Amino acid sequence: MNTPDFIRLTLTAITAHRLRTALTVLGISIGIAAVVLLTSIGEGIHRFVLSEFTQFGTTIIGINPGKATTAGGSIGVFGTERPLTIDDALALQRIPNVQAVVPVVQGNAEVEAKGRGRRTTVYGVTSGFPEAFRFDTAIGKFLPADDPQAPRALAVLGDKLRTELFGNENPMGQRIRIGGDRYRVVGAMQPKGQILGFDLDDTVYIPTRRAMQMFNRESLMEIDVMYREGTAEKIIVKDIKRILQARHGKEDFTITTQQQMLDVLSSVLNILTFAVGALGGISLLVGAVGIATIMTMAVRERTAEIGLLRALGAHQKQVLTLFLGEAVVLAAIGGFVGLAIGVLGAQLLHMALPAMPVHTPWIYVVFAEALAISIGLLAGVLPARHAAAMDPVTALRAE
Amino acid sequence: MIELQQINRIFTVGDQQVHALDHVDLSIQSGEYLSIMGPSGSGKSTLLNIIGLLDRPTSGTYLLEQHNVTSMNDDTLAHTRRNKIGFVFQFFQLLPRLTALENVELPMVLEGIPPAERRQAATETLNTMGLGERLHHRPDQLSGGQRQRVAIARATIMKPAVILADEPTGNLDRHSGKDVIELLEQLNKTNMTLIIVTHDPEIGLRATRQIRMVDGRVMEDNHKR
Repeated sequence: MNTPDFIRLTLTAITAHRLRTALTVLGISIGIAAVVLLTSIGEGIHRFVLSEFTQFGTTIIGINPGKATTAGGSIGVFGTERPLTIDDALALQRIPNVQAVVPVVQGNAEVEAKGRGRRTTVYGVTSGFPEAFRFDTAIGKFLPADDPQAPRALAVLGDKLRTELFGNENPMGQRIRIGGDRYRVVGAMQPKGQILGFDLDDTVYIPTRRAMQMFNRESLMEIDVMYREGTAEKIIVKDIKRILQARHGKEDFTITTQQQMLDVLSSVLNILTFAVGALGGISLLVGAVGIATIMTMAVRERTAEIGLLRALGAHQKQVLTLFLGEAVVLAAIGGFVGLAIGVLGAQLLHMALPAMPVHTPWIYVVFAEALAISIGLLAGVLPARHAAAMDPVTALRAE
Repeated sequence: MIELQQINRIFTVGDQQVHALDHVDLSIQSGEYLSIMGPSGSGKSTLLNIIGLLDRPTSGTYLLEQHNVTSMNDDTLAHTRRNKIGFVFQFFQLLPRLTALENVELPMVLEGIPPAERRQAATETLNTMGLGERLHHRPDQLSGGQRQRVAIARATIMKPAVILADEPTGNLDRHSGKDVIELLEQLNKTNMTLIIVTHDPEIGLRATRQIRMVDGRVMEDNHKR
């Protein structure tokens, strides 16, 4: 049999019962639409979360004091790790392909200006911060590259703190008090929004050394190293380890690369997308049952037709492919309708709730259609085999 | 062209064995016009199904054009049916969703003949049967006689060696029944072997050779001079 004839014969069978076909197709299309819609939402969330994290760049390596290890005996004996210092950070600056090293101290303090006060997050950082975290000033400049051990008392305001303290006034050059000490404002940051509940705009940035004094700290909380894009991360990590081990005598620090974090995050989010997709898959299963039911009925109803086809010289295989073809076409049409509903639904959802991230990758579309077709095949295989195996004489006698 | 030797066909119904065909010997020459008559349950339909390769004998040998068909596999049997045998049924067995033309084309579709070629062949065949005006009608828009003529067109489109008609007039009024029989006889004159199963003596007696079956055996075998 020619393929076009095969398709035409299949289509006449499907169009002969329009309502029944429409209902079967609907069953599959709801399943496919659910899969597409849910995976679109899952993928949208995936992208949204990743972009939230990568807005600071992907070439950042964080170093924290202490090493998560399990040791026998008392921690007091072995717990002699040396804290991270500004000198450590300066030493790391000499690694080739490192663009910026930022020693970080963070805390809360009262900020006062013009008689107004606000308790806010204070970041002790250095001049490399905007470059490392891709976060620039709106007006003025960031902290200058002073001697890290004796920097001037300058401050840069976060966007929210700026409006809270100064409103529409220009804060440049204004005197403010942070934790009781006097600072001069040299710039204000662009708005950045919130990430995971932290308001990145309700902040003030001052030099690390001064923050350490303010919070009475001997050491840093973290050192962030930003390397040139395209450089092998492994080599940078190796260099950091070598230098810090030489300075500390042992590995008493923990290195976390942005890439590692992203990999972990991405795999978690993939599981999320897969899980919601699987939920949609349940309704797809119901659609498959619908196809199997309709095909079983069709085979029963058209027993005489099967007998006739066999009498006219149709091979068992031809009868099998005809009925299998019907199931596949039903599923494929259902798949297309479901894709349309799913994609349209995703877009409508995005329009109704702009905050809801939605994304439909085309590979999912192809995958969903392939899934529909394989479901048609699976659901159709039993009824079709039943049709092919029928005894022609008995089949012809059926009326 | 058809040689049946010691054909037995035994059906098992429940725990009983029914001898539908009992040691049937039959030899049919090419171009013969043969009727098979007998009471219901005498095995005439079973005989027709075996000749038409729809059913296999329980034992015995069947030679169709010198080929032993009892040892053929299912696909070869289907292929032989398609090319050598045309069926005409009491209930026409037209596919209701296809037009007259498409129904006639069906055997050629199964054979994989290109659309243009088979469309022409089917149109010509239907024209010679006086259905030129009815090509694109569906079976439910045709009268009984017209339906049976479409079925005959379908049975002959592959130019088979033998036409097997099982009660072809059983579902028709006298007038259109006569038309159908005359059409079949015309085809027989073009050297197609014609075998008609009927319980209507008037039709059965028109054949040049009449077989009477009782209890699965051939009781009479008359040749008209």
